[in-house]
Amino acid sequence: MIVNIILAISGVLTGAAVILALVRFLKGPTIYDRIASIDVMTLITTAVLVFLAVLYKRAYYLDVAIVYSILSFIGVVAFARFMEKKND
Amino acid sequence: MINQIAGSVMILIGSLFFLLGSLGLMRLPDIYNRLQAGTKATTMGIMFSVLGIGVYYPEFILKALLIVTFIMITNPVSSGTLARSAFRNRVKFDERTINEVKDL
Repeated sequence: MIVNIILAISGVLTGAAVILALVRFLKGPTIYDRIASIDVMTLITTAVLVFLAVLYKRAYYLDVAIVYSILSFIGVVAFARFMEKKND
Repeated sequence: MINQIAGSVMILIGSLFFLLGSLGLMRLPDIYNRLQAGTKATTMGIMFSVLGIGVYYPEFILKALLIVTFIMITNPVSSGTLARSAFRNRVKFDERTINEVKDL
């Protein structure tokens, strides 16, 4: 009973964190602000996948979380190298 | 029973770190400061959350340690690469940020 209350509170806090990062995505003057907010949002999505593994009691959501964290890292590094090579 | 309560409290602390990191991402004045807030806080938050599920279901502890190790290694690398790319493209520093390479 108390476990469900604590997980619900943490879900609400995580949703508020995603909304704040989305505000920075819409407002940021340079393009690097938007990439930083996408980095934060993909990491929060990885944590939400871990929450769903607790909630639905399935083991293979953790494998999806590993793959998504790899994709997030490669996406940010690829974009940074592309922006560096554009103005050589 | 006790490991369920402890795991839930760790997940709550992790989501609190996420909220603080996003708050810093929204309020800080400069791209370089925003990268600091976004990286450090979210790395700590995801470490607490994933270790919390490792405590909640003790048979998932090996996969949880694998996720934590990978994120601890790669998240600072990606943030440092992004900051380097922003510096090479001459994104302006805010006047309150300490700048040690003023003549570039």
